[in-house]
Amino acid sequence: MQEGLLIYDKSVTGRKGYTLPDTESGETELLGNIPEQFRRDDDAKLPEITEPETMRHFVALSAKNHHIEKGFYPLGSCTMKYNPKRNDASASLKGFSGHHPLTPCSSSGGLLELMYGLMHDLGEISGFDQVSLQPVAGAQGEFSGLLIMQAYHRERGEKRTKIIIPDSAHGTNPASVSSVGYETIQIKSNEQGIIAPESVAEIMDESVAGMMLTNPNTLGIFESHCKEIAEIVHACGGLMYMDGANLNANMGIFRPGDVGFDMMHFNLHKTMSTPHGGGGPGAGAIGVTSELGKYLPFPVLEKNDRNELFFNYDRPHSIGRLHSFFGNFGNMVRAFAYIRTLGGKGIRRVSENAVLNANYLKESLKDAFDLPYEGHCMHEFVLSGNRQKKKGVKTLDMAKRMLDFGIHPPTVYFPLIVQEAMMIEPTETETKETLDDFIEIMKQIAREVEESPETVTAAPHSTVVKRLDEAGAVRNLDVCLKG
Amino acid sequence: MPYISNTENDQKEMLAKIGVKSIEELFDNIPDELRHNQALNIPALSEMELMAEMERMAHDTSESLTCFAGGGVYDHYIPSAVGTIVNRPEFMTAYTPYQPEVAQGTLQVIYEFQTHICRLTGMDIANASMYDGASAAAEALALSMRITRRSRVIVAETVNPVYRQVIKTTLDGLGAEIVSLPISHGQCDLNKLEDLVDESTAAVLIAQPNFFGSFEDVNAVGEVAHKVGAKFVSIVDPVVQAITKAPGDYGADIVVGEAQPLGIPLSYGGPLLGFFAARQELARHMPGRIAGCTKDKEGKQGFVLTLQTREQHIRREKATSNICTNQALCATAASVYISLLGKEGLKQVALLSLEKAHQAVEQICALDGYSLYFDQPFVREVAIKTVRPAGEIVAALTKEGILPGIDAGRWYPQMKDCLVMALTEKRTAEDIERLVYSLKKIGVNDVVSQM
Ligand SMILES: Cc1ncc(COP(=O)(O)O)c(C=O)c1O
Repeated sequence: MQEGLLIYDKSVTGRKGYTLPDTESGETELLGNIPEQFRRDDDAKLPEITEPETMRHFVALSAKNHHIEKGFYPLGSCTMKYNPKRNDASASLKGFSGHHPLTPCSSSGGLLELMYGLMHDLGEISGFDQVSLQPVAGAQGEFSGLLIMQAYHRERGEKRTKIIIPDSAHGTNPASVSSVGYETIQIKSNEQGIIAPESVAEIMDESVAGMMLTNPNTLGIFESHCKEIAEIVHACGGLMYMDGANLNANMGIFRPGDVGFDMMHFNLHKTMSTPHGGGGPGAGAIGVTSELGKYLPFPVLEKNDRNELFFNYDRPHSIGRLHSFFGNFGNMVRAFAYIRTLGGKGIRRVSENAVLNANYLKESLKDAFDLPYEGHCMHEFVLSGNRQKKKGVKTLDMAKRMLDFGIHPPTVYFPLIVQEAMMIEPTETETKETLDDFIEIMKQIAREVEESPETVTAAPHSTVVKRLDEAGAVRNLDVCLKG
Repeated sequence: MPYISNTENDQKEMLAKIGVKSIEELFDNIPDELRHNQALNIPALSEMELMAEMERMAHDTSESLTCFAGGGVYDHYIPSAVGTIVNRPEFMTAYTPYQPEVAQGTLQVIYEFQTHICRLTGMDIANASMYDGASAAAEALALSMRITRRSRVIVAETVNPVYRQVIKTTLDGLGAEIVSLPISHGQCDLNKLEDLVDESTAAVLIAQPNFFGSFEDVNAVGEVAHKVGAKFVSIVDPVVQAITKAPGDYGADIVVGEAQPLGIPLSYGGPLLGFFAARQELARHMPGRIAGCTKDKEGKQGFVLTLQTREQHIRREKATSNICTNQALCATAASVYISLLGKEGLKQVALLSLEKAHQAVEQICALDGYSLYFDQPFVREVAIKTVRPAGEIVAALTKEGILPGIDAGRWYPQMKDCLVMALTEKRTAEDIERLVYSLKKIGVNDVVSQM
């Protein structure tokens, strides 16, 4: 470990970064309240730093991050759109941020009203009758959807064991399948990049509990046979789950709840602009048909006969509880602020412009790179770096080269079915100028691959660190400062 | 339209480039029968109107409730600097650090967070966060089942009831046999534990301190678990950990908990911050993201996400967990909080909270009809025997602007006269005085009404 970098290196015994009142009794006397065998032997070796030094430390670290307010961030399937400040201002209102979750509902009226309003809006956008805001991320939404499938089949006295998942699906889908004890059957996408009904019909039988379909899929292509597929799955008694991570493509245009899907999750931290926070927190609400409503995680926010909101814990068919309390409330506030700022019309415009921006980029870049799937894309599209790879330059190299231009590369090497994949999602909040800049940068990199490939393979040149040894990190595992 | 940059002119130029006449044409892959042809019924508000609505809803609560409730989340003071850092867009609006060269800030913060957690718990490795303490506990049991290839898990009834609910949901599909270890005098019943463990036991889960603030005999629990080759999983509180024995020193294999007390607002119970720490030999079985230190090609130190072959994006159905998006920004808040408070400050918070609790308990137990529910040491939470059902007390005092604690009877039917209270350094002598006064009043009313 290099000296001087970590907060621990800045620690000096006796420095303080806090102000707290004194205790009335002495430390020894107070610790006397704790039986000796349970007392701490030595103080935890935490840093000792002043507030100004702490601020410098974290501000210096912050400067090493790329983020949406610094520059373009076209990570496919991550929907890196601008995160409006009024969302955060709302979430930090004292009445929201200071409220204890075990406060009786009668003293939590405004918070419940907000949650109820958000449930309405998500229902309206998705076409589902009932919504649970409890899952805190997309993966937890998937997990609850799969548990709902299990509960549904169990009630019918059936023991089904498999879930159909396309080969273009995100890794959380199969991982969630395993976490409920189901088995994944992977299904191939066709030449158009979508799932053909026939291939579902081929493997669908009474051992299949259901199917998870991402729509539009991770190639940015709309699964235009989704209704027919749903009919095939339903005819065999299975259920249809939609991974709604890509909802930004079709709000106000396509509602999964209307056309045969039984449930879906939202990624409010993508579509509804709640910030990603360097990896979270998210919010992964789920919507279900009225038939499946009884299985939703408890507690369920309901209205009593006096029209008052309350949490109903008495839900005998519920799959159970997923979260200590009600989910990531702070992000519910942000999502609600976002949706209500745009309104129904604005929400539709979001999707229209997200799709327009993606198609504009696709059209402008399709000559410089391989485009594995023709046709109009939805909110994102996938290019392949195969042509460049033949010249000895991998997609990873090109991604690293983009860093030198101050932009974040697209999602790379995903979906797995495209070689040297670059999955590009611009979102609607970017200007045409930004898109044009990106096009120029991509074309320049493509030219460099031809003319001076070593510029690309040696990239990045301008970042605070150069390419890092990831294999070395695994070999010589150092995940915590010893001492 | 807010947040959308394209002008009509931009749109025209872009459509021309694409070679279509309207945006509508771009959606030609969506068959007509799948289209939604009505406007979405959602109103639009200007920022002014929105903020007024938000203010109204935020204040349509008892904002001034003085909080004596815990139950897994605690009303600690959050230094101003925490918010300043966490609200920086560099941390707030970044994605998961997939490109480490432009995410050294986030990655180093995670590495430091992992170090803080390891030092508090005495464990070797910690991850970048779990959704909350409850899901962390559930994942710890799932891990134990995987590596022991056993299916029985023993969960103490003294563990936070909502954690037990989440555990039940999480392990439901994995064929777990969840066995409850009963309570005896506010602690888990050690004699019963001896009877319950066997060669099929994957893990024993307890909390130190437990839901009632009592201490479990952790050394004994660990011994019983290890005797049959089961993992010993301990739930701890990071603030209390500043003054209580590190689980690494009492033989825990996995340590999980809720780190919300480290600078994260109550926020009606979310976002929270689950933490997950373990012994070195479990490193490759851990769930979640882990940051590791490495070198760049010029030998300069840097950080990356490591051991990624455990994770869903690589291992898919064989991943150790399905977790992807986690609670990274909350881990950032906790890191700033720990950096500011440091070794002495965190201890001071723990001691102040302990002192306030003792001061309150002394006064409450001097009232007629109130006493300690379990006559034994406590920390973090304390169980008080009440003169009338705790549920009634909570309802009545909430109306007076005091959230006096949690009604244990909600989860422990035989304990309807038990109020579980938590005090933090934020509670003043006046707060305590008001609480005691209200508890006295409601106690007197009860006596009067019985006469
Ligand atoms: C298509 C898709 N599905 C599911 C997920 C999982 O969502 P989360 O990260 O919120 O758990 C993601 C994003 O990470 C995704 O892109």
